[in-house]
Amino acid sequence: MKNLLEDIGSRSRWPARLDVTQSVTGLALALFMWVHLVLVSSILLGKDAMYYVTGFFELKFLTGWTHGYPIIVSIIGIIVFAIFIIHAGIALRKFPISWRQHRIYRDQMSMMKHSDTNLWYWQAVTGFVMFFLGSVHVYVMISHPDQIGPYASADRFVSENFWPLYLVLLFSVELHGTIGMYRLAVKWGPFDGKDPRKNRKRLKRLKTTLTFAFLIIGIITFATYVKIGIDHRGSAGERYAPPGHSSAMLEGGEVE
Amino acid sequence: MIQAKDGRTLKFHIFRYNPQLEGDEPKMVTYEVKEAPGMTVFIALNEIREQQDRSLQYDFVCRAGICGSCGMIINGKPDLACRTLTSKFKNGEITLLPLPGFDLIGDLSVNTGTFNRAMSERVGTWIHDEQAAEKSLDELEERMDPDLADEIYELDRCIECGCCIAACATKRMRDDFLGAMGFMKVARFHMDSRDKRSDAAWYEIIGNDEGVFGCMTLLGCEDNCPKDLPHQTKIAFLRRKMVGVKV
Repeated sequence: MKNLLEDIGSRSRWPARLDVTQSVTGLALALFMWVHLVLVSSILLGKDAMYYVTGFFELKFLTGWTHGYPIIVSIIGIIVFAIFIIHAGIALRKFPISWRQHRIYRDQMSMMKHSDTNLWYWQAVTGFVMFFLGSVHVYVMISHPDQIGPYASADRFVSENFWPLYLVLLFSVELHGTIGMYRLAVKWGPFDGKDPRKNRKRLKRLKTTLTFAFLIIGIITFATYVKIGIDHRGSAGERYAPPGHSSAMLEGGEVE
Repeated sequence: MIQAKDGRTLKFHIFRYNPQLEGDEPKMVTYEVKEAPGMTVFIALNEIREQQDRSLQYDFVCRAGICGSCGMIINGKPDLACRTLTSKFKNGEITLLPLPGFDLIGDLSVNTGTFNRAMSERVGTWIHDEQAAEKSLDELEERMDPDLADEIYELDRCIECGCCIAACATKRMRDDFLGAMGFMKVARFHMDSRDKRSDAAWYEIIGNDEGVFGCMTLLGCEDNCPKDLPHQTKIAFLRRKMVGVKV
């Protein structure tokens, strides 16, 4: 019989570290994506609102609303990309790694019709989709940090044909993020409280509500950019200037 | 009060396959049974075996949800045949499959014993105390807080039926994953003040991807445990404990 009291310290701590890192990076990315959605959806308040939100993150207020520092966007992009790659790399451990494992998982889904088992599968599928589509988007943002604005972004949707990528990405991100946050909560138990089963039901309801809320906001935002992009197709490349801003002030930023 | 629908004829679609019989092929066979008040799947199986097909294999001992022998997949869900009332299936169609994840003995009978034995040895499901051998048998056992005893008893209600194992897609994908039954045993002995294993010692048993860090929190165990054991909170507890173990 193995003496379980003596053989201490031989097992690696890396599985623990990886599990925590997967959760922490997932939490960071989900929170980032929720904030990202709020910022992007500022277009729903008008082109000026989106223009000022973008300008704020480029620190344009420091340069009298002229060029700003778009490199800030690149730096944020690089940090997010790094967290994204770490999260994806660690999460890969859990993916079915063979046809046999995938077949077993699908069989289990069809046999049990168990909601949390099904949700995990869709989380894995959307995660896989984001490996590729998310990377494309983040790389474009890192390499063209000054190309964010009411017209620049809308042109990317329509004239640069990014809309199919953004549409798939929208559904993938919102599903993956909310399912992931729910799973984080039940995995570590911070909201278990006195009645964990009741609280799990509440968390699940919250998850579903958030998924729909984010998807609705996202779809309306998507449609708004597409509409602006279509209207602006004739002068694609031209940058937005809010009323009262001279082109001299906006040089290097969103200028005509 | 539970009442069967009067005169209802139930249709049981049962997986049949005897690996011991040369040339036998897996197939689904349908049996019809007249429903009786308070009928369970187990009672219906008895009736089928007594009146229609004496070769039908399934396990049972206690008939009261205690022994854990009659676990099977009932209309897609792992459950105990002796605790599942036929009246809960409104259309009267009941499909029975053996529990996946275990060696098939024949038809609905699976070998949970080999699995349970391996799990017990892996986890060490007995009190570990190096001083135990030196204690006198005449000595009184140390007192235990009654609340702690109650909590241990709550986790000790696991009947090792295998429903949590069959309900876990992670376990089904990865043979070497410990599974919820093992985690429940760990939680039970971790809680027991007589067991002297430290968190670091427990880490040696479950601190890897075949252990608690391999759990994908699908919660099939939590949602399909016939004894309603707190799998979700206990696995989360073990995960937190194991993460806190220092080198």
